[in-house]
Amino acid sequence: MTALHLASVAELARLLAAREVSAVDLTRHFLDRIAAHGDLNAYLDVRPEASLAQAEAADRRRAQGESGPLLGIPLAHKDIFVTRDWASTAASRMLDGYMSPFDATVVERLGRAGMVCLGKLNCDEFAMGSSNENSAYGPVRNPWDRNAVPGGSSGGSAAAVAARLCPVATATDTGGSIRQPAALTGTGGIKPTYGRCSRWGIVAFASSLDQAGPIAKTVEDAAILLGAMAGYYPMDSTCLAPPTPDYAAQMRQGVKGLRVGVPKEYRVAGMSKEIDDLWQKGIAWLKAAGATIHDISLPHTKYALPAYYIVAPAEASSNLARYDGVRYGLRVPGRDVIDMYSETRAAGFGKEVRRRVLIGTYVLSAGYYDAYYLKAQKVRTLIKRDFDEAWNQVDVVLTPTTPSPAFAFGEKSGDPLAMYLEDIFTVTVNMAGLPGMSVPAGLSSEGTPLGLQFIGKPFDEGTLFRAGKVIEDAAGRLTPPDKWWQSGSKGR
Amino acid sequence: MALTLEDVGRIAHLARIHISPEEAERTLAQLNGIFGLIEQMQAVDTTGVEPMAHPLGGAQRLREDAVTEPVDRDAHLRNAPAHEGGLFLVPRVIE
Repeated sequence: MTALHLASVAELARLLAAREVSAVDLTRHFLDRIAAHGDLNAYLDVRPEASLAQAEAADRRRAQGESGPLLGIPLAHKDIFVTRDWASTAASRMLDGYMSPFDATVVERLGRAGMVCLGKLNCDEFAMGSSNENSAYGPVRNPWDRNAVPGGSSGGSAAAVAARLCPVATATDTGGSIRQPAALTGTGGIKPTYGRCSRWGIVAFASSLDQAGPIAKTVEDAAILLGAMAGYYPMDSTCLAPPTPDYAAQMRQGVKGLRVGVPKEYRVAGMSKEIDDLWQKGIAWLKAAGATIHDISLPHTKYALPAYYIVAPAEASSNLARYDGVRYGLRVPGRDVIDMYSETRAAGFGKEVRRRVLIGTYVLSAGYYDAYYLKAQKVRTLIKRDFDEAWNQVDVVLTPTTPSPAFAFGEKSGDPLAMYLEDIFTVTVNMAGLPGMSVPAGLSSEGTPLGLQFIGKPFDEGTLFRAGKVIEDAAGRLTPPDKWWQSGSKGR
Repeated sequence: MALTLEDVGRIAHLARIHISPEEAERTLAQLNGIFGLIEQMQAVDTTGVEPMAHPLGGAQRLREDAVTEPVDRDAHLRNAPAHEGGLFLVPRVIE
C-alpha cells in the first residue's frame, strides 16, 4: 500500500471505500505530519479536536451506508476562506484571531461532501503577493528548497500539498495566486472561469477577478475537487449557474484533434532558455498525443499587467475600507474616530497592502476614475476580444506559467515592481475571466519545479484537464527530492 | 505623470491610513515606479470600447425579496473590539 500521504485523493477514496483505512486514521496521519513539519510554516491554525470530530462524523456517515468520492478525505483551506471552527485571518494582523460566524460556500460544500478540514493555510496578506513573504505570520518555505519562496499568494496551499501535509487544498487566484505557487512547488492548480465557484465567504481582494480553485498532487485530484467546489450560490450575485460537468471523466477523453494555440506575445524579451525549452517540450508532448499546434496572436497581452495593477488595487481599496476597527478586527485608539481609523489601518495592514490601498484610492479619486479604472475596464474588453478571436482557430492556449523558477527570500521583496512581473503570464486569464491551469512539467537547472499553463474558453475547464493530463503523463508526478517529507509521522 | 509628497499625504488621508514623513518618502518613490508600469496602458486606443462589467456579461440577477437568514446579533458582536448593550462602540463623534 502506498504511504497514505503519497496517495492521491482518488486512491484514498478507494482505500476508504474498501474500509482499509478510516477518516480518523487519515486525519491522525496528516495531523502528525503537520506537527512534525512546522518549520515550513504552511499552516496558520490547526485544531486537532475539531478535525477529528469531522473525521468521526465522516466515518459515522460511511457506517450508515453513505458513500461518495470525498467522504472522509482530509483537506486544508487557504486562510482566505472563512471558517466557523478555525480562525480566519487572511494572514493579516488586522484579523488576528477572528472567528467567523459562518463557513464560506466552498468550505460548506466540501464539508457536506464529507471532507475533513485539517486547518488553515498561510498565504500573502489579503492574498496580495507572489512569494508569501507578505504574510503577517511569516513566510512559507518551499519544500523543494528551504531558501526559496513557494510563490503566492496561495503559498501555504501549494507548499502543504507539495510536502504532503494534506492530500489537497483550496486556494484563490486573483492574478495568478493559484497557478504561480503551483508551478513553483511542482503541484497542479486550476483557476476556474469567473463565476464558476461562489465567492461568498472568501475575504474579498478584487471582486471582479477573485476565484476559488484547488491545488492538488494530480490533475485528476484537481478535477475531482473542482467538481465539488463549483456550483451556484445565491449569496454571490456574480456566481453563474451552468451545470458542473464530470471533470474527471472529461479528463480521460485525450487530446486527439485538439487545436492548441501558442501565442507569440508570451515569448517575452529576456525569456530564459530553460523556460522556452519547457514550452517546446510541452508542444512536442501534445503533438505526440494527437493535438495540432497553431501560432496565434493575442495583441493586447502586454497591457494586461498595467491594467491589472489598476483594477486589482482599486477594488482592494474599496473592499478593504471595511477594516475600520469598529465591527471586527484590530482597533488602535486615537484622538477621535478618524484618528482611530487611521492608526488602526496603519498598524493592521502590512506594507504591500497599504501600498495597494493607496494606489487604489488614488486611481478612484475624483478626477482620475475615467483615466484609470474605466480605461482599464475597457482594456479588459480588448483582452477578452483577443481571446474570442483566438477561439475561432484553437480550443486551448499553451504558455509557460511563470517567467522563472522559485526565487530566494528577499530577492524581490524590496522591489514591488519586480514582484509584480512574476504575474506577467497569469493575469490575462483573470482580466478576461477565463479558466487557467498550471501543470508541473519539469525541473529547472537548480532542480526546482516549473509549470506549463493552459488557458481555456469560458466554462471549458474540461479541456484544461484533458490537456493537463497529457503533460502530467509525459512529465511524471514531481515530488520534492529531500527524504524528510517521505518519512512517516514518527520518522523525523 | 509623477506624484508629489503632497499627493501621497492626500491619498493616505483619503485612505484613512496614517503615514509617517519617512514612510511617505519611501512610498512616493515606490508609487512612482508602479505608475511607470501602469501608465503603459495609456497607449491603448479604447475609443468606442465598452468597459467590462462582468467578463461573461449577463444581467445582474435579482433574488426573491424574502427573509432567509436570522441575524444573530451576539455572533456578530463577538468579534467587535468594543460593544455594549448590543451596539458597536466608537470614540465620541458628537461633543
